[in-house]
Amino acid sequence: MDRREKEMICIVCPNGCRMTAQIDEQANIEVTGNKCVRGKEFAMREMTNPVRGLSTTVRTDSPELPVLPVRLSAEIPKARIFDVMKEINNIRVTGPVKQGTVLARNLLGTGADLVATADMPHQTEK
Amino acid sequence: MSKEMNFDVTVIGGGPAGLAAALEAHKAGGEVLLVERENRLGGILKQCIHDGFGLVRYKEKLTGPEYAQRFIEEFESAGIESMLSTFVTDISRNSNSNSGFTIKAVCSKGVETVNTGAIIFATGCRERTARQVFIHGTRPAGIFTAGTAQHLINIQGQMPVKKCVILGSGDIGLIMARRLTLEGAEVEGVYEIQSGPSGLARNVQQCLIDYDIPLHLSHTVTRVFGRDRVEAVEICRVDENKNPLPGTARRVECDGLILSVGLIPENELAESVGVTVNKATGCPTCGENQMTDVPGVFACGNALRVFDLVDYVSASGEAAGRSAMEYLKEVGLHG
Ligand SMILES: Cc1cc2nc3c(=O)[nH]c(=O)nc-3n(C[C@H](O)[C@H](O)[C@H](O)COP(=O)(O)OP(=O)(O)OC[C@H]3O[C@@H](n4cnc5c(N)ncnc54)[C@H](O)[C@@H]3O)c2cc1C
Ligand code: SF4
Repeated sequence: MDRREKEMICIVCPNGCRMTAQIDEQANIEVTGNKCVRGKEFAMREMTNPVRGLSTTVRTDSPELPVLPVRLSAEIPKARIFDVMKEINNIRVTGPVKQGTVLARNLLGTGADLVATADMPHQTEK
Repeated sequence: MSKEMNFDVTVIGGGPAGLAAALEAHKAGGEVLLVERENRLGGILKQCIHDGFGLVRYKEKLTGPEYAQRFIEEFESAGIESMLSTFVTDISRNSNSNSGFTIKAVCSKGVETVNTGAIIFATGCRERTARQVFIHGTRPAGIFTAGTAQHLINIQGQMPVKKCVILGSGDIGLIMARRLTLEGAEVEGVYEIQSGPSGLARNVQQCLIDYDIPLHLSHTVTRVFGRDRVEAVEICRVDENKNPLPGTARRVECDGLILSVGLIPENELAESVGVTVNKATGCPTCGENQMTDVPGVFACGNALRVFDLVDYVSASGEAAGRSAMEYLKEVGLHG
């Protein structure tokens, strides 16, 4: 196997730099197009183990707030996203919940917790 | 029931712009009222559950609800008056010049009358709809703006489509392409009439490329099929003048069409008090201090112009809050 090359857009900040990353037989990675070091780190991960954050919703038992927004506490391998989504969609939460509350730990062994990003008031709020 | 209330500044709209404006006017010593038509503060951020907010202001990647919560907490601990589930229907200028305004607001208790020295419009923006894009055929159910789809999924917990086509590559459309895919719908493709995407490059990467959703540039939807519900759409390639090219029509079976074709500031109410609003852009005429051409009326956030980052929306709210208090001091309505 010789050099592998990949074009990508950096997603770390709104600048969205277009970058090219090359990896050779010795697994040396060379990155061009990045405006800062965070872009280089992102490109290195993309070539080895691409990870992503995930924001979604979970079902609740409240008719006024049928879903509650949540996110993962850490990025997870891109390939695990759909499994983790399935797991999250099996969860049902009961209020009240405060923003920042951990609703489930270490989802499917990824090391990431599920965290509420909004408050869910107690039922029967007008 | 109807009682009279008097304030220095009344802010209309409780999104990030309105919250920032109210806080800043309060800090400058004003008696402030905030009126919001929904039952919760936060505006459109309540449904923007993805992250990427606050990178400029807080150097952190917050989700929309988390960003809003920081302002809501500050707003509540400052003890600023607010009226939720209340819709401002009418504003009139008091007869003596510079003597303020009378606002009528409808809530569950009836109509409230508010007297105020200055008004800040923070009413946000709305999306361009199917009426504003040219598509042949029927208007069956299954055509949504990206924001409506976002509200259905992220607030109401309902899936609006099983397989859809997205027209327009605005950021909300890109974000929704990913969201729909995560929740199990199929996004057949995103079609953009321009030769480049209109959303941010990072959203093209993390919302489309990451999920193998094709982006077709220089393409548009020319026809919708279906009687009660969308059954298919017709896609055409366009030339450099955006006219559909003959012989390029392709039929795509789907049960939904999602539109992400742009935002327009929401300013009907401002217009009714005499503010001059640009017909093409929806933007009000404003001076440097964000005062409109009606003295005492200010605008901020997406009601002023469509900002692409919420960080700048908050900053424009703060500026309007300060300007409103300076104005009141100048005209002698506030000690
Ligand atoms: C559907 C949609 C999705 C968006 N997604 C993103 C995104 O993902 N990322 C991003 O950075 N930006 C996004 N934007 C842009 C977003 O609007 C801004 O980032 C920001 O939230 C705007 O803040 P605002 O306070 O100006 O308006 P808003 O958040 O829209 O707040 C306006 C408020 O005014 C209230 N209001 C309006 N009229 C009246 C009335 N007559 N009486 C009482 N209350 C009234 C509304 O109910 C609303 O709460 C989106 C915009 C829309 C329309
Ligand atoms: S390389 Fe740096 S500047 Fe460019 S998008 Fe990535 S983080 Fe932003």
